This record gives sequence, structure tokens and C-alpha cells, in this order.
Amino acid sequence: MHPWLPFEWIAATRFLREGRMQSLLIIVGVGVGVSVIVFMSALLSGLQSNLVKRTLSSQAHIVLLPPEEVARPQTEDAGNGLGPLIQKQAQRLRSIDQWQKLRARLSTLPEIAAVSPVASGPAFAVRGDANKSVTVLGIEPENYIRVVALDEKMVAGSLRLNAGEALIGIELAKDVGAGVGDKLRLNSSNGATDTLIITGLFDLGNKGVNARNVYVSLRSAQTLLDLVGGISSIDIGLVDIYGAEKLAQRLAAETGLQADSWIKTNAQFFTALTSQRVSSNVIRFFVGLSVAFGIASVLVVSVVQRAKEIGILRAMGATRGQLLRTFLLQGGIVGLCGSLIGSALAALFLALWQTLARNADGTPLFVISVEPGLVFIAAAGATLVGTLAAFIPARRAAGLDPVVAIRG
Amino acid sequence: MADAEAVLELADVHKSYGTGTALEIEILHGIDLQLQRGEFAALIGPSGSGKSTLLNLIGLLDRPTGGHLAIDGQATTKLDDGALTRLRGRRIGFVFQHHLLIPAFTALENVMMPMLVDRGRPDAEMRERAATLLEQVGLGERMDNPASQLSGGQQQRVAIARALVMQPALVLADEPTGNLDTHSADDVFALMRAINVARQTTFLIVTHDQRLAARCDRRIELVDGRIVADVKTA
Repeated sequence: MHPWLPFEWIAATRFLREGRMQSLLIIVGVGVGVSVIVFMSALLSGLQSNLVKRTLSSQAHIVLLPPEEVARPQTEDAGNGLGPLIQKQAQRLRSIDQWQKLRARLSTLPEIAAVSPVASGPAFAVRGDANKSVTVLGIEPENYIRVVALDEKMVAGSLRLNAGEALIGIELAKDVGAGVGDKLRLNSSNGATDTLIITGLFDLGNKGVNARNVYVSLRSAQTLLDLVGGISSIDIGLVDIYGAEKLAQRLAAETGLQADSWIKTNAQFFTALTSQRVSSNVIRFFVGLSVAFGIASVLVVSVVQRAKEIGILRAMGATRGQLLRTFLLQGGIVGLCGSLIGSALAALFLALWQTLARNADGTPLFVISVEPGLVFIAAAGATLVGTLAAFIPARRAAGLDPVVAIRG
Repeated sequence: MADAEAVLELADVHKSYGTGTALEIEILHGIDLQLQRGEFAALIGPSGSGKSTLLNLIGLLDRPTGGHLAIDGQATTKLDDGALTRLRGRRIGFVFQHHLLIPAFTALENVMMPMLVDRGRPDAEMRERAATLLEQVGLGERMDNPASQLSGGQQQRVAIARALVMQPALVLADEPTGNLDTHSADDVFALMRAINVARQTTFLIVTHDQRLAARCDRRIELVDGRIVADVKTA
């Protein structure tokens, strides 16, 4: 009997220790439940963050574009049902109006982590006999890397974009047979042309992007695309990537520009992520529920078994509150012990899973680990669930009539 | 009525079950009873006479449906459950027929238990007091044995030590020797008697055993919910 422990703790731990087999079985049961939850959570968050990272590696969280140009009819519909037949306007490459002011304002929003103006348009990359259609992206590298981590994707050369310099993807490099230090000519559709020195090669993890994107300095692109002083889009990086769509709608309403979030441009991918999360939440909820029922049923049996002892404790002066807390604590302790076993089991499962689930080349599919935060949440959650589950049995214990309990 | 030394005072106490229903049965029909400090009394009567009901009322485990009941000078009828529990824990000790120790604890811890639930946390003084009492009941050697590993007579002695640890005004014993062989029964009875003499603790012993009742100072006989005889022999 430790001198610093109150009666409730002493009684709760003794009761659990006395009912050895019962306690052990329910703790292991809780452990299995918790391990499923922890394993699933770790797996899912690893999988999702990996997928999201791969998806977002080459695109901005939100892209602001000039509004679509619409043709205005010269004649009004006179109400005779004969509306004018309007041909859809062809979209020209245009600049965003007043983009410097807009950029300054965007930078002040707390949700936004980075703002990068981009001037982009089509061109042909010509080198010798090779002639490839590409997208020229004029960027400010120091801002752009905070939206798309281009600096981490460099495989050769360096990320340097002075006037007359360009970064190309590894696919394009292969297609035109060029490497770092080589020259590349870009012909734009309006006849402008520029010869650039390749300063670096990147791999954004997407073959199409690697074959198509050519990064140049903002000024070079503006000249080449006949957009002097202008930009074609603003790329935005966010603090919370899942808030992208909401913010995009707000920005569209406020600026009158078209705002495309990554969630909208990858709608199916995002739906897949969401449904994955929802289904795992449903599974977690029901596992948690069955854990709670398990704890409650074991404690209900324990209260029945200990009716006499509860009666005698009441006769000796134990209050209803003391007995209530004694049984609530038992639920909490079972939950806590179970969660610790469960976290250990989950770590074991994950280690096993990572050795079994591998890419064809033997590298792990992706990195997952049991985070300390997750263990802490599982422990706190299981303790709470255990305590709540113990509520009904604890109330029964507290409400026992000592006369009946002692005689019974 | 107000006797400074009255440990227990019952005036016109009634107890019914099923009050307000067609099945209402009155078990106790107006009990008047006083116990003074240091008395050693037996409560006898045939089965179904209401002995246990009366003991439960006196032990504050149940409430009377009518009348006045005071423990150690304190009226109890208007107290709430928490106050009754406290009063019971501090002023009344119980010894039951079936020993009813808590098997998850040692003999010593069982004796400490009433102090523990009263004060909330164990301390060295509790341990000492419980150990002294266990030595007095002759179980100094077996203090750290789990309660479940003691013999019937030993368990009952632990129960007596437990009943005394709060220095109660009144010890209620419900057939304390009913489950013991003659030898252990005499031991336990002698122990209660010795404590009664040494500490002036009041005892009320419910028993079927005429031989035992004859050795008490006072015999209260209950028949059909009424006291029909109250004889002082000492």
C-alpha cells in the first residue's frame, strides 16, 4: 500500500490485480483494438502524406489566373426566344492586372505561406534537329521554391536563373540531347526567340512535367511571351493544404480572378483521399466502440462478483463517490494499459509491414512510423474510453444497497 | 431520554417494506431501546422476528420508516446519505457472520480499511494502529497474509480488529460465531468480552446461540417485531 496513493487507486489496482485472468484478457483485448487503430492511423497518414506530397511536388496549392474572356453579344435577347448565337471566345495569353499590388496583399494573409508570380506560355525548344513543344515558365526562383520545392528536385547543375539561363527536366534533356552548360533555343509562337544556357536539370517525379517544363527567369519569359511587365498566373503555397478550396473560392470572389485549388484540379484524387479517411474513421469508431463494450462488460461482471465486498466497504464508511471513482479508475487503467500494449503491437505490425510491402526494386513503398504524438493520443483516448465505459458499472457499484449486498 | 452516556437511542422505531403499495408489511412495530456506554448486550429471537432488520437500522445501513434513532447522541433521521456514511464509518463497527474480509488485501490492510476510506490516504499511524490491534487479537504473526489465506476463526478476529480500529462507540455483531467451531467461537466471544471490559466499547450481538446469550450482561428478545423481554443479568 503506497502511502501517497488515495484509497480509490489502491482499491482499483488491487481489484484489477486480484481478478488476474479477467484483467489480463480485457487488457489484451483493448490492446488488440488499440493496435488496429494505431496501425491504421499510422499507415493511413503515412500513405496520405506520401500521396499528397507526390501530387503536390510539381504544382501550387492555389493558382490565380486572369478571368476567362467572354464575348459580349451585340444584340439583346428581345424576348422572342431567338437568342444570338455566341461563339466562345478564344483565350489569349493575358496578364493579371495590377499583379504587384495583389501580390503584396496576398503576402499579408496568414493562410498563405508563399506567393510566386509566374509568366508562362507555349514555346518550342530547338536544339539541332530536335524540336520539342514546351511550356516556358518564368519564375522568381527564391519565391517559386517556397511553392514548389524545385530546389529539392534538382538532379544536376544548380538552381540558378539569371538572364539567359534555363532549367529543364530530365526528359527534355534526353529528348533534345542536352545537358548542363549546353545551349537551348526557345521559339515562341509569336516569333520571338531566345537562346539560353542550361544551368540545371530537375526531376519533379512526373514524366510529362519533366518533358515539358522549362524554367527561365521571369524577365526572360516576359520578353519571350510578349508579356512585358505582366504575369500569367500567381502560384500560392498554403500553410494548411486542406484549406485550399475554401481559400480559393474566397480569393476568386475578392479578386475577380479565376482561382484553382489543387483540390479542384485533382478532384478525383482528393475524393479518394477523403473517402479513405472517412472509411478509416468509421472503422476506428467501431473498434473503439467494441473496446468500450468489452471494458464495460468485464467491469459489470466484476461489480456483481464484488457485491459483498462493496457492501462491506459501504458499511465501513466508504462513500458512494469513493466506490464510483474506484470503478471508473479501473476502466481508465484498463484503457491505459491496453493502449500501451496496443501501441507496441502496432509498432511491431508496422515494422513487419515495412519489411513485407516493398517496391519491385526492394525499397520500401513509403516511410511510415508510429509517432509519439499518435501513441499519446491513443493512450489518452483509450483511457477516456475506458473511464466512460466504466461509468455504468461504476454507478451500479455506487448504488448498491449495502444491506442487500452483504446479505446476498 | 437525554442520557449523556447513551450510545444508542431508539424511540418508537417502525420499519415497513413496500410502503405505499398493496404489499406493505410492517416488520418492526415501535421499538424503544437504549444502550449505555460499556454495555454488552445480546439480541435474540426466532428467525423472522426482525433482528436483522433492527440491526441494519441501528447500523445506519437502512432507514426507519418512523420514529427516532440516535447514535452517540446524534439524531440520524434527517441526515443525508453522505453524513450517514461518515457517522457509520466513525462511530459503528461491524462484525458479520461470514467474516467478509476483502480478499484482495492483507489482514493488516483489511484492518486499516475503515481508516483509509475515512481519511482517503494511508499513513504510518494507520499502519501502527492496525498492527497493534492485530497483535491484541493474537494475529501479530499473520499481519501480511492475504485475508483469503486465514482460517475462519482468524478471519473473524481480523474482522473484530477492523471493527475496533476507528474506536467506535458501538460494535454490532451479527451471528459473529455462527460459522465457527465451538472452540473458535469461545475464543472470539472471549475476545469481544475482553475488549468490552478494557475499552468500555458497547457491543450488541445478534445470536441464535442461547449459551452465548446467557454470557452477555443483557438479553433483549425480539418476537414478531416487538421487544418482548429485556433482562439485565449483570
